[in-house]
Amino acid sequence: MTKAASVKDAAMADPAPHSRSGQKNTVIDIQNLSLTFETNDGPVHALSDIDLKIEQGDFVSFIGPSGCGKTTLLRVIADLERQTAGTITVNGVTPEQARLNRAYGYVFQAAALYPWRTIARNIALPLEIMGLPKSEQDQRIAKNMDLVNLTGFEQKYPWQLSGGMQQRASIARALAVEPDLLLMDEPFGALDEIVRDHLNEQLLQLWAKTNKTVVFVTHSIPEAVFLSTKIVVLCPRPGRIYDVIESDLPRERTLDLRETPEFLKIAHRVREGLKAGHSYED
Amino acid sequence: MTDTALSPQRAGTNPFAGLMAGTAGPVAVVVLAIIAIWYMAAVALNTPFQRDVYQRGNQADVPFTQLIADTLAQDRPVLPAPHQVLTEIYETTFEKKITSKRSLIYHSGITLSSTLLGFLIGTSLGILLAIGIVHSRVLDKSLMPWVISSQTIPILAIAPMIIVVLNAVGISGLLPKAMISTYLSFFPVTVGMVKGLRSPKVIHMDLMHTYSATRIQAFWKLRLPYAVPYLFTSMKIGMAASLVGAIVGELPTGAVAGLGARLLAGSYYGQTVQIWSALLMAAFLAGSLVALIGVFEKVTLKRMGMAR
Repeated sequence: MTKAASVKDAAMADPAPHSRSGQKNTVIDIQNLSLTFETNDGPVHALSDIDLKIEQGDFVSFIGPSGCGKTTLLRVIADLERQTAGTITVNGVTPEQARLNRAYGYVFQAAALYPWRTIARNIALPLEIMGLPKSEQDQRIAKNMDLVNLTGFEQKYPWQLSGGMQQRASIARALAVEPDLLLMDEPFGALDEIVRDHLNEQLLQLWAKTNKTVVFVTHSIPEAVFLSTKIVVLCPRPGRIYDVIESDLPRERTLDLRETPEFLKIAHRVREGLKAGHSYED
Repeated sequence: MTDTALSPQRAGTNPFAGLMAGTAGPVAVVVLAIIAIWYMAAVALNTPFQRDVYQRGNQADVPFTQLIADTLAQDRPVLPAPHQVLTEIYETTFEKKITSKRSLIYHSGITLSSTLLGFLIGTSLGILLAIGIVHSRVLDKSLMPWVISSQTIPILAIAPMIIVVLNAVGISGLLPKAMISTYLSFFPVTVGMVKGLRSPKVIHMDLMHTYSATRIQAFWKLRLPYAVPYLFTSMKIGMAASLVGAIVGELPTGAVAGLGARLLAGSYYGQTVQIWSALLMAAFLAGSLVALIGVFEKVTLKRMGMAR
């Protein structure tokens, strides 16, 4: 990819300053960020010239076809990958420092529960690592299991639970850290649509209740539009931001919202963005 | 009969289907086959000597049944018959005092103690080496080739050296023999544990990273539990190797005591029945020890919630 093309793409991304409400705190600030993997077949430009600001209380979705770098971008925020150029701050510090401060909870594509721990012990895992006292651990386990509707399954092992329940347990585990920032990498991607709808609603309620900042990776347009206050459309080769859509849908949402013209209008814009980002390939 | 009622077509096609369903049936068939082959081999191998005896005794026209009976009742047969070995085992276990030098239990006990000591040291050493290798690139590069090449040296050649060297520095008795068991048993444990400690999925390691867990926390909470099934598998191999090591270690000590000593003494005096009974005893011992680890494995994995 030539330098000129990258610059043009960055211009198209139009990272407009979000000056609607001045008192919002910027949680994640990404400027000119690029990430290149050196492989045997030459460099792979996973991310190119990313500019993005995410504010306190935002629900931001990264959407794009596979290979567009949406998961990589999330992993950079979580300090699971390092950028090769540009700057990124999380809560005003480097991602590494933010990770050490336990600024975020991360939910992976798979539940990634430890098979030798019961559900309660799995949720206790980050709390043990943080060195919290036992009483505090127990209290947080009970609270978060209740939050994801898993009360009564404390002593079950992961394999005794359905996929949806396992993923809810993994969300409870991320929430138990009590982070202000929740990073979610296609958490419902492996679930069927009915379970996914249900978990989407639960997640929204949770977000409304706690005022956390959520960064959510998905490749489902309805999911992205339903959940987000801001939708970031990425396109591949090199991975870059194609469009940033500020959603004006109300914060209180039910599944019926998906039938409204406002919803469909935003979904249409996302779909157009995905199409345009794809077109040069075929 | 309930069987027939439940699956009429299966029972109809093969009347032995029910018998072969569990493990007992197939195992019994194999054991019977081995015993049959053993008897046939005993007759075939012992016949030349028996014919010599007949010739020297000027006995002609010995009936075939008599020949078979005689080949299975020689004092020092080339291949003793199973019942001869079993009789010898019975006499040297139940009819001798445990403290007696002719008791097979006494000799087994001596071999067992050095096997267990060697196994314990070997397993601990193996685990420690694996921890070092997994956590340090330098140790991985420097130790692993030595660990592997250590096993290319024939144990029969190095065993006397170990005994001699340790004796020279004043260490004798159980420990030198146990060292040879250690030498053989640390290897499977090291290799198995290196694999086990490296087996956590990337996603589980990433999870630890997002928690900013220290290497020690990641070891105790992730790597070690992941490695437990590998540990048990390699301990089974290590235990069998440990017993071989203990027997080999008893050979150069001048055949004082232990199953190895019984084997050596048996071969000095042509006591094939004694050799075979020591062999069977060693096999039984190894089988029991491996089975015991298997029981521990089952209980542990069940308590960890990994057995379904």
